[in-house]
This record gives sequence, structure tokens and C-alpha cells, in this order.
Amino acid sequence: MNVSLILIILLVGAFVTFLSGDKLASKVALVFGLAAAGASIVLLNHYNLGENISFINQWITQPNISFALKADGLSMAMLLLTTILTPIIIFSSFGNDYKNSKSFYALILFMSFAMAGTFLASDGLLYYIFWELALIPIYFIALIWGNGDAEERKKAVVKFFIYTLAGSLFMLVAFVYMYQKSGSLLLEDLYKLNLTATEQLWIFLAFFLAYAIKIPLIPFHTWQANVYQKAPTVGTMLLSGIMLKMGLYSVIRWQLPLAPLAAKEYMYIFIGLGIAGVIYGSIVALKQKDLKKLLAYSSLAHVGLIAAGTYTLTLDGLRGAVLQMIAHGFVVVGLFYAAEIIFRRYETRAIAEMGGIRTQSPKFTSMFLILVLASVALPTTFNFVGEFTVLYSLSQINIWFAILGGTTIILGAYYMLKMFQHAMLGETNTKPFADVTINEGITMVLIIGVLFFFGMYPKPITDLITPSLEEILTQINRIN
Amino acid sequence: MNTLIAIIGLGVLCLLFEIFNLRKAIVPITILGLLGVLGLTISEFNSTESYYNNMIVVSKFSSTFSSLFIVLTIFLVALGHNFYENHQSKISDYIAIKIFLLAGAVAMVSFGNLAMFFLGIEVLSIALYILAASDRMNLKSNEAGMKYFLMGSFASGIILFGICLIYGAMGSFDVTEISELSQSAELPVWFPIGIVLVTIGMLFKVAAVPFHFWAPDVYEGSPALTTALMSTLAKVVAMATLHKLLSVMNADVSESFKMVVVIIAMASMTVGNIMALRQTNVKRMLAFSGISHAGFMLMTLLSLSTSAGSLLYYASAYSLAGIAAFSVILYVCKNRDNEDIVNFHGLGKTNPLLAAILTAALLSMAGIPIFAGFFAKLVLFNQTIQAGYLALVIVAVVNSIISVGYYFKLILAMYNKEPNEERKGTPVIIYAVAVIAIVLNIALGLFPSFVLDLLA
Repeated sequence: MNVSLILIILLVGAFVTFLSGDKLASKVALVFGLAAAGASIVLLNHYNLGENISFINQWITQPNISFALKADGLSMAMLLLTTILTPIIIFSSFGNDYKNSKSFYALILFMSFAMAGTFLASDGLLYYIFWELALIPIYFIALIWGNGDAEERKKAVVKFFIYTLAGSLFMLVAFVYMYQKSGSLLLEDLYKLNLTATEQLWIFLAFFLAYAIKIPLIPFHTWQANVYQKAPTVGTMLLSGIMLKMGLYSVIRWQLPLAPLAAKEYMYIFIGLGIAGVIYGSIVALKQKDLKKLLAYSSLAHVGLIAAGTYTLTLDGLRGAVLQMIAHGFVVVGLFYAAEIIFRRYETRAIAEMGGIRTQSPKFTSMFLILVLASVALPTTFNFVGEFTVLYSLSQINIWFAILGGTTIILGAYYMLKMFQHAMLGETNTKPFADVTINEGITMVLIIGVLFFFGMYPKPITDLITPSLEEILTQINRIN
Repeated sequence: MNTLIAIIGLGVLCLLFEIFNLRKAIVPITILGLLGVLGLTISEFNSTESYYNNMIVVSKFSSTFSSLFIVLTIFLVALGHNFYENHQSKISDYIAIKIFLLAGAVAMVSFGNLAMFFLGIEVLSIALYILAASDRMNLKSNEAGMKYFLMGSFASGIILFGICLIYGAMGSFDVTEISELSQSAELPVWFPIGIVLVTIGMLFKVAAVPFHFWAPDVYEGSPALTTALMSTLAKVVAMATLHKLLSVMNADVSESFKMVVVIIAMASMTVGNIMALRQTNVKRMLAFSGISHAGFMLMTLLSLSTSAGSLLYYASAYSLAGIAAFSVILYVCKNRDNEDIVNFHGLGKTNPLLAAILTAALLSMAGIPIFAGFFAKLVLFNQTIQAGYLALVIVAVVNSIISVGYYFKLILAMYNKEPNEERKGTPVIIYAVAVIAIVLNIALGLFPSFVLDLLA
């Protein structure tokens, strides 16, 4: 039993969903999503027992490319994030009616397949292929099932596609360059390369372009808010919950260990970019009138902090970043889902048109409040653990980074609570607000449960990821 | 050699069908015949032989490329069944011309003598002139044929001039003798000049910048099936021939020659892509995209000794995607007077299968992973960096990004616009060709070693 099983389940799931017809598609997709989640938990068990669940097989002889999937703690954590969030996201869409839903759900599973592959691949080219494959389904999901004016949506989505593709092509050039040097693209062979400082800088920059666009970091973020707003909520959840973690994960897995000299030399610049994203995202979020756009900018601020954490090159920074990646994945999916629940009833995303929901649906209000508080890193939530660790690591580099980075919590609390106040409290809206349905309740409670559980007991995840992060750190700190 | 004889025999047979009034059977029997020829070519894959005083040399290179040409011709002939529905009385001519064109193509990759090379290129070109003008009553088609003929014969003249100069320098038409003589220290100045002239003529045939001006008009004016043939078969034939010419004559003479190739490749990619961005006619757009792909394929000339495999792979990936794309275009634009993007609006709703195939074909041309186009570019980049031309690769990468712009314009039109009218009928053959071509493309993407290792 090895990790390729997950990929097979998801890929077969995508095909079966497509063939199952419009009526059954959502349920079939959910079954396969759950199967993948179950399988990854079983695999996690095997992994914890010390079994080898990696998979490697020669694929192309010339150039020398292997189909190599490596499962270490970091990959397993990200894989679990993907496979657990996927069924939640599918389940969250059950209240909606999509045209041609068999293609819709097939694309979701296919995207999940590609993202899981990205987290597992340990051959540069295979990784690149999965990385690109993940882009195609979200392009069509946002384009065909998105909302708003078709022309504007088209512009936003095409910009997104060309941006991300442009970035990753430079990553491909970097891979080809390294292939010339090592004759193989396996991660461990690339780790053995002795590159000069200049080479490392160029490789670092080529990777940075790909990741900074995907994460996104300032100044490459301009595609983000529009796409988040225009995409259907499911697409937004996939993008913000999992896909942007692909960028952050790749920084840790590929960029830092392959070009450590450049990472050390220019550390301040890259941390600075991350922090700039925090401040910029928070300030712009203050001014947003559209709930989804507000969440998009808040997401920009949070991932800026995560990126800053990874570029500190300390164990705390990396660990905090990974924890926060997972926590942010759950909380952001929850928040976008809450926006969707409101949209289903009010048909609007403008914060000004909401209000007074508390008196009509106290249950929803309290769940929403918990998510809002989690996103501003209230202690006992998972986000607190992550964000606090990252801030601690930043303070070790330079106290000002921590202070400036800390604004994400202060400003975050301000705009999130202001939004909550406008949307949920205040005068009663004339339109009725039906109480949450059972499906909606289950989804929300699941997400909240995860956030609280790991907020109070993060040890299983830290234990899982720490050994592999230490391994990566030794690679970063090796003498050149 | 046997391949060539069999193909010509098949062509004559096609003409006989006309006499015996068996027009209905012509397409299936030609396809069967071509499949037979394909089998014959593959069975002779490992033999290296030369015939008639080295006039024809059969090698791995020639048999792999010939097989590719035969496969493409099978697709094109199959598409002809539907395309020439309203011209039944001429169908045997059209098919026969295509078969003779294939004979020219095979001669072009298996020549051992420059005379044979020229013969091949003329057979191919004349067949193309006729096909370009084959829609007799259409002004545009006439214009295309005329333009192509004038420009093409001019290019042939330049090639002939080049061959003469090479003969003057070396005293032989035989490529092996030329190659041996070119090793000597003292090369007459006529030799490089001759090589340059032949190269210019071939660059005209592949439509590389700055010899590309004929391509958009001719592509737009010709009947759609002829455009499909020009942009897939004719282009890869010319490219393979140029590659073979330069490598068998040991002609990668100097660094400055390579520099010129680099600049032409860069110019072809950039000009082709930027012009394609502005086009509203799909055939014209694909003509410009073809120019940029020619630029990519020219990169193989920088490492002649090792790049035959990657040229074969790129050519297969590109032409299979082209065939798939053109079969959809043939379906959509049948009985319309133009091929504007407007015709594709809403295809994603009215005909999801063909829309998906066209999307896949365009994604392959844009170089998105898992389609063969991606590996083609990857292998090419890999080789070019190895040869030391990092700057060229970066220009190529930037161009890949630009190309996404116009490929996606078409994809967006199919999925994001409302259909303007229903299309009726499901021509089985078009579906079959499109599906097989795209499946072959994806299979090449999944198992690239299969083709890459053929000429390793």
C-alpha cells in the first residue's frame, strides 16, 4: 500500500463522477472524496508505524524522469489537508444547483488529484506537471460556473491563468537548468547539487516568481481578489483553502533547500515582502464592501505572514508556517462557506445589505463568530498556535518584523469584527433569514471542531511535521 | 524505397478509380492502402539501405518521419470524405494529389542525392499549389494558389541556385560525398553560400520569419482542408528536410550560422505570436501560430547531431494537435463563408465533445502538461540549454506565455459565449479523426519515451 493509491482514487473518482450523470454526480464525488480521505488516514497510520509508503517508478528514459511520490511528515500533513477539505468542499455545495454538474464535480476531484500530486511528487518534472494540471480545472470552474458579468469574469480568470502560467514556466526553466547539472530531477539528486551563489540566486528567483504569484505575495497579488470574487464559492474554497498552500509548501520543499545561499543572503527582502503583504492586505480589507473581497484580502494578509515565517529559515518559522497553512486552510473554507450561506438567503455579497441576522438565526451567528475569532487568532483556536509560532520566529530575526507582522492580528480583529457587526448585528434586514440547514450545520461544526481540537492539542501535527522540517533545515544549513 | 513505390502505386490506383467510377470506395480503400504502406514502412524500420546509386537512402530517420507523414495523410484523406461531399466528381483527383504529395514528402526525407531532394520538394510543392487553388470558383482560393505558386517557385529557384553552387564547390550531388569533402580544411566559398541559399529556400517552406509573408494569406484563402494539410504535414515535412539537409551535409559550418538560426528562431516565435494575438479568423490565427511553432522547431538546428528525436517528437505533437484542431474547425465552419471566431461561440454547450477536443489540442500547442506539446517543448528547451543558448530558451518561454493569450481566446469563445445557432449532423468520420488524433497526442504525452527513443 502506498500513496499512489490516493491519486488513483481521486483520478478514478473524477472519471466515474463524469460518467455518473448530472443527478448523481455530487453524491458520487462525495463518496470518492471520503474514500480518499479515509485512505489517507489509513496511510498516515502506516506511515506512523514506520512503513515505507513512498512510490517510485521510471517513467521517461530520455530525459531521465521518474514517477516518484515521496511521503514524509510534511507531505502527509498537506495530503491530509487536501483530502479532508475536498469532501467538505464538495459537501458544502450540496445546497446549490449547478448546470452540467457532472463536469463540475469531476473537475473538483481532478483538481484535488492534481493538488495531492503536487504535495507528493518528489521528481521535479512530475511536480511541475501536477502543479500545472491543478490550474486547468480551476480555470474552467471559475470561468463556467462563476458569478457576475461574463466579460469581467473572463478578464479576471484569464489574467489569473496567464499570470500563474507565466510564473511557473520560469520555474520549468530552472528545473531544466538543474537537470543539465545533475542528470536527474529526483529531489535527493537535486539536493546533492553544488550550485554557486549566482546560480542559486537565479534559481531562487525563478522559483520565487512561480510561488509569489501562486501564494500570492505583493506585488504579484493583483489577480487574487477578482478571481476569488468571481469564482463560485467552491472554486474560491479550493483556491484559498488548498491551492495557495501549494505555493507555500513548494517554498519549503523546493525553493529553500535548493537555493539556500540566496535565501539566506536576501532573507530580509523576502520577509519584508511577506510583511508588506500583511499590512497591505489588512488595510485594503478595511475598505472592502464586498464580503468575498474582504475575505480575499484578509487571506492575502494571512498568507503574507506565513510566507514571512518560511523565509526566516528557522525551525519555529517553518513549523509555525505549516501549522498556520493547515489552520488557515480550514478557517478560510469556513468563512467563505459562511459567505455562501448568507448569499443563499440574501442573494448579495455586499456587507451593507446584510444586518440583523443574529436575531433571526442565533446558531449561524455564533458559528460565524467562532470562525471570525479563529481567523484573528484567538487563543485556543488552531490559528493562534500557528500565528503565534510564526510571530515568535520573526521576533528572533528582528523584533520589528514581529511587531509589524503582529498587525495582522490587530488590524484583522478590527476589520473582521467590523464586518461581523455590520453583517450580523444591527438593524434587522427586511428579508427573512432561514436558519441553517442540517447540511450547512454539519459542515460548519466539522470545521469548527477541527480548529478547536488542534488549537488545544496541536501535538499530533507538530510531531508529524517536525522530523521532515528538521531534515529540510539541515539541507538548508549544509555547508557549501 | 519500397514505401515510395507503394505510395506512388496507390496514387495511380486513385486515378484509376475515377475511370472505373468507384468514387464511393475511394476514401476507405486509400486509407486501407495507406495503412498497408505504414505497416511496410514500420517493418523496414531497422534496415539501412541505399538504392540507385545513393539516390534514395532509407534510414531510421527517413522511416520514422515517413511513418509520421503517412499517419497524417491518413487523417487528412479521412477528413476529405466529408469535406469533398459536394465535389464528388473531383474527389479522386483531390485524393490522388494528396497521395502524390505524400510521395514527395517521403522522397524529401529519404534523399541521398540533392537532385532527389529537389525532385521531392517540387512534387510536394506542385501538389500544394494545386490544392491551394482547388476551390476553383472561389476568388480567395485562386488568390491563395497564385500567391503560393509565385512565392513558392521563387523559393524553389533559390534552392536550385544553392544546389548549383554546392555542386560547383564540391563537384557532386551526392550528400555523403559532399559531407566527406566538407571535412577538408579548404572549403570553397561557394559551399557555405550554397548552404545558406538552400536554407533560405527551406525557411520559406517552413514559413519562418522573415520568409513568412505568404503564409497567412495562403492559409486563409485555401480551402480549410488544404490549410490543415499545409499547417501540419507540409510544415513538418519541410522542417524534417531542413534538419536532414544540414545534418547529412555536415553543414553546421560556423558559430555565425548558428547565430543566424537563433535570431530567426526568436523572430519567428515572437512575430508569429504577436501577430496571432490580433487575429479574428481562426485559420489566420493558426497560420501565425504555425509560424511561431516553426520558430520552436528551428531550435533543433542548434544541436543537429542529437536533436532528430526531439524534432520527431515535436513534429508529431504539433501535427497531431493540428489535425485534431482542424477537424473541429472543418466541422464548425462547414458551409460558412469564413472561419471567424464568432462561429465557435457556444460550442462548449452545443457540442461539448468537439469543444473539449479543440481545447485539448490548443492546450497541447500552448504546452500545458500531460499533452504531448508540453514534453515537446521541455525536451527542446533541455537540448537548447545543453547547447548553450539559455537566452533563446528564455525568449521561447516568454513566447509560450504569449501564445496562451490567443489559444485561450478561442477556448473562451467556446465556453463563455452564447451559441448563435444550432449545428446539425454528426459526421462520424470527423469525430473519429478528432478523437484518434487527440488520443494519440495524449498517449504521446503519457509515454514520451516511446517516440523520443526511436531516434536516440
